[in-house]
Amino acid sequence: MHLLALDFPGIDHIVKFKPIFGDGTLYEFNKVTLICVLAAVATLVMFLLAGSKGALVPTGVQNIVESAVEFVREGIVLQTMGPSGLGWMPYLTTLFFFIFFCNIFEIIPIFQIPATARMAIPLFLALLSWVIFIVVGIINQGPLGYFKSSLFPPGVPTALYILVTPIEFISTFLVRPFSLAVRLFANMLAGHILLVTFSVLSAALLVKGPLVVVMPLPAVMLVFLTGFEVLVAVLQAYIFTILTAVYIGGAMHPEH
Amino acid sequence: MAFAPLVAQISGADQISFGEAISAGFAYGLAAIGPGIGIGYLVGQSVQAMARQPEAAGMVRTTMFLGIAFTEALALIGFVVFVLLKFA
Repeated sequence: MHLLALDFPGIDHIVKFKPIFGDGTLYEFNKVTLICVLAAVATLVMFLLAGSKGALVPTGVQNIVESAVEFVREGIVLQTMGPSGLGWMPYLTTLFFFIFFCNIFEIIPIFQIPATARMAIPLFLALLSWVIFIVVGIINQGPLGYFKSSLFPPGVPTALYILVTPIEFISTFLVRPFSLAVRLFANMLAGHILLVTFSVLSAALLVKGPLVVVMPLPAVMLVFLTGFEVLVAVLQAYIFTILTAVYIGGAMHPEH
Repeated sequence: MAFAPLVAQISGADQISFGEAISAGFAYGLAAIGPGIGIGYLVGQSVQAMARQPEAAGMVRTTMFLGIAFTEALALIGFVVFVLLKFA
């Protein structure tokens, strides 16, 4: 696409990659898949390293992991689910770190794309959370009790149920997984496109000598945005985790 | 309406991409208005709450992020519509 004599890459060019192996099969392996595998391995290795020593006075990796686990415990689980939700700590901690590592590849040189900028990963994680909170609700309140408490919220005049029940059904069972997936996906894709745009601008100005006077503007923006994307990567991992915790917590304790 | 004279000058297949480009811009621009006001109001009120009652800051912050996540979703859906119109 041409704009001001600049060649902006099309959307296919910045989010699609050539397969490394397994071309055309179900097991096609490309850069995004590689990033997913690396994120999973990074999460695994980090926790194995931190847990292997079990030192009383933590050092190095153990220090970071212990403060991160405490953050998930104090900031996410206890705030939203209460003490009865502590059994969900392992799932939520893993979820947080896997999403964070998938996101942070956005600013790591060579990779430069978050795995969550393709719909597959956010959609899978959102569907996983969706299945989990429905199953937890059914286990804790029984199949009838769960659907009764989520579709017919107490304290509403009977005549209003005609209006309330469809809205509750759509917002709980349809919009929740959709918005969970789209929020992560769109945030990371938008960040990726922003970085690409400013990189293209900086590169074009660097090549065209006379325009080098205005060069600092996109370059400074690029540096600033790279810092901003680190913030977004952490924030989106946090928001995905806390929303999953809120949904599971809501399924465990029905509103009275 | 205002674009009618412009559209008349463009022929055939270009009219569609013209419409797509215009509506992609409108889709994101309009979708950003509401959440922009909403998030501004939400964070402003949260700061006020935290300033008035600093001991409740942790709880207010968690709820604030939850509120931001829900409000922001509308703008992001607008962004997805923009991407779909512009590129798909």
